Amino acid sequence: MAAGATYEPIATASGTGSSTTITFASIPQTYTDLVIIAANIDIQIDDMGARLNQDSGSNYSRTRIVGDSSGANSYRNSNLSKVYFGYKDNTAGTQTYGILNLMNYSNSTTYKTGIARYVTHSSGYGIMAEVYLWRSTAAITRIDIDSGNANFSTNCKFTLYGIAAA
Amino acid sequence: MANTYKLIEARTLNSNQTSITFSSIPQTYTDLLIKASTRNLASNSSGINIYLNSTTPGSQYKEVRIYGTGSATGSDTGNSTISISTQGGGGGYTANTFGNTEIYIPDYTSSNYKMVSADGVPENNATATLLMLTAGLRSNTAAVTSVILEAYESSFVSGSTFYLYGIKNS
Repeated sequence: MAAGATYEPIATASGTGSSTTITFASIPQTYTDLVIIAANIDIQIDDMGARLNQDSGSNYSRTRIVGDSSGANSYRNSNLSKVYFGYKDNTAGTQTYGILNLMNYSNSTTYKTGIARYVTHSSGYGIMAEVYLWRSTAAITRIDIDSGNANFSTNCKFTLYGIAAA
Repeated sequence: MANTYKLIEARTLNSNQTSITFSSIPQTYTDLLIKASTRNLASNSSGINIYLNSTTPGSQYKEVRIYGTGSATGSDTGNSTISISTQGGGGGYTANTFGNTEIYIPDYTSSNYKMVSADGVPENNATATLLMLTAGLRSNTAAVTSVILEAYESSFVSGSTFYLYGIKNS
């Protein structure tokens, strides 16, 4: 039997066509980990990412691998302003799918680390996997997903799931 | 309790088999997740071809794959299938080792083109292996009602397992 009650949908959201931000607020502190699934992210969305607790400071870092037809590459960045887990898809008719894992999000003693992933069909960044760090000990109570440029269309779907260890 | 992350179907092969099909998939979930533990009979190549609704390879399928062998990284693309490696590369697979694969298909009932994310995480007690991540696309708007997993070469060995889960957001 699968995880059952430990993989609970907490909230869903869709784009409105008039906003660049999706917000999950008042996140319950009763789970162990969180997962965000982002589906059908439109071709015009450039650098989708999540800001935790509305922190837009340079407090995020990452190490990632990316690849496309020309090769695979690994690099890291410090002092970013959000956790990136999407990239524009330059193939007409296709969408980006992103997944953001937030581990041990409710503790208030450690910096937060997690895993992000997206698949698309863009040149240079067709597929990505990364580990990220948010340099804050605060429990995560709010997540704002920023498109990076254009408005999220009504086709864009987001689900926040809670994973409980017990 | 929410009806999510539910086991839809489980398969354990009791003989070698070239492919398995999850058919008549309920259209009541948001996403699909497949977890597989497989080994191929092939000695020099392995993996799973992933087909949605049809086993016919063709231009509707595209893939981007990145991989690591333990000593190098690389990538490639394909224009007729979606595939994922499941065993160590270079042949000489360690006896009794199986590769683990996870396949995620978001929004499978929608009228959008279908994206597929797949991870293959084999291990091999030898000098080479082949960890792989795949971004797949089927340029077809039909809802996914069946998923066919085909051995990249030869067949899946007896004992290989396949689990199909439904992920629901409500």
